[in-house]
Amino acid sequence: MEIDPFIFRLSIFILSIFIGYYVVWSVTPSLHTPLMSVTNAISSVIIVGAIIAGLAGNSDNEFTISNILGLLAISLAAVNIFGGFLVTQRMLQMYKKKKKDK
Amino acid sequence: MSANLSAIFYLISGVLFILALRGLSSPETSRQGNFFGILGMTIAITVTFLSVGNFSSGLIYVLIFLLIGGLVGAFIAYKIPMTAMPELVAGFHSLVGLSAVLVAVSAFLNPEAFNLGSPGSIKLASLIEMSIGAAIGAITFSGSIIAFLKLQGIMSGSPITFKGQHLFNALLLISIVALTYLLCSTQSSNFFWILLVVSFLIGFLLIIPIGGADMPVVISMLNSYSGWAAAGIGFTLENSALIITGALVGSSGAILSYIMCKGMNRSFFNVILGGFGASEQSASSRDKEHRPIKSGNAEDAAFLMKNASSVIIVPGYGMAVAQAQHALREMVDTLKKNDIKVTYAIHPVAGRMPGHMNVLLAEANVSYDEVFELEEINNDFANADVAFVIGANDVTNPAAKNDPQSPIYGMPVLDVEKCKSVLFVKRSLSPGYAGIDNDLFYKENTLMLFADAKKMTEDITKNL
Repeated sequence: MEIDPFIFRLSIFILSIFIGYYVVWSVTPSLHTPLMSVTNAISSVIIVGAIIAGLAGNSDNEFTISNILGLLAISLAAVNIFGGFLVTQRMLQMYKKKKKDK
Repeated sequence: MSANLSAIFYLISGVLFILALRGLSSPETSRQGNFFGILGMTIAITVTFLSVGNFSSGLIYVLIFLLIGGLVGAFIAYKIPMTAMPELVAGFHSLVGLSAVLVAVSAFLNPEAFNLGSPGSIKLASLIEMSIGAAIGAITFSGSIIAFLKLQGIMSGSPITFKGQHLFNALLLISIVALTYLLCSTQSSNFFWILLVVSFLIGFLLIIPIGGADMPVVISMLNSYSGWAAAGIGFTLENSALIITGALVGSSGAILSYIMCKGMNRSFFNVILGGFGASEQSASSRDKEHRPIKSGNAEDAAFLMKNASSVIIVPGYGMAVAQAQHALREMVDTLKKNDIKVTYAIHPVAGRMPGHMNVLLAEANVSYDEVFELEEINNDFANADVAFVIGANDVTNPAAKNDPQSPIYGMPVLDVEKCKSVLFVKRSLSPGYAGIDNDLFYKENTLMLFADAKKMTEDITKNL
């Protein structure tokens, strides 16, 4: 009997939870705020769903509700992607070891 | 692009996201980590465009919407002050939640585009996954909006409770399961809409009873939810990048919530059930007016610090409110010129989100190797001359160690009272969020400095 592809996705999911568990415990507490903003940015990879929804089946400038919802989702996710990565970058720039007695 | 090839690329971006989080294990590797994250995102988006392969006029609109969102995001990222990070993160969470909802609705209306069947006969597994993704997304959205309003001060930070609240919430949660079941058995879109409305309501009701100072837990929890929502959508779209990311973010938020709860010595359910700080007032009613305190001015404080050989700074939310981090750094610079050793002690729940104080100190150019966590520094207080508490309160309260009646009993606190002298910058004698009095105020070696944190710090610097 063939294994349902769902099982494979479930395996990826469960294993990723474990990876997440160990990786996040190794994050230094002083970087917990950047951790939150970067997880925010990467969870906006949901934009791939929004792009599919936005482009689905439209060929001649006729937008279904489904397309429009997709386009809106693209904008929201894009705010998060750009905002999230850039604000993380801005924060991480600040974490520098200062030279003693300048 | 073939489905297999794009699946490989999605896997690659999933791995890059893991590396992005891995990079945060130390400040040196963190910037590289962020770069991996950006790379992963770029790959995922590019691959999606190529695999849809529909380069009709619709593509222009997609790019325009992408650009608008991107510009707004970039603008916010550059403008936002570091003290407003908790609000920003809460706001961003709401966007993840809402996009999850929009994608789920879109897939529900047009299942063919996602290979999920046709309207009215969507695959059973997809319907369940879609419902879970949409429900968690909706909860994340409305919950984050409330958290944002509370943090922003638009909505009062005090808990809002009503009779039968927990029972009502429990019934709503059960109804989600029932609605999902009905949706799957009838395929009627009405149930899907009701499901969404109920979920929005749950998110709202879940956060209103939680007080302002419990926000670190709330934000971490919503962070976790946004991850699970993304994973739910990932299962629907059969996209491994989304599944991996969702799992990573979900567990990351869960761990942060756990760390925050531990920092307050409260169970997760205790925080979620809310209402903390509303009913505890009676505990503080023991005649505090009769106890003498010593209060001083900037000159006294400067004198004490000038004669110290080591000073430990304990920052809290009040420092963020007063935007005092730069003034504080200037004061510390002056102290260092006088050969005084200065370190910073940070309690896990200081501020309104995990790591809040660290970011503010980093912004003020404080070297991160002078900043220590509670366990690292707690033994040093006994050897330090002066503890400078700026905008923190409950996290220094010795009652957590020696008063079993106290509502915060058992919470890990900074042993500030062990210092030779304690300087306490505070606006008034009012108790902290827990509504309890701090014994530290009345200790003989404590000098209260009643003023705005920023102004007081500047005045001290002038007097040094």
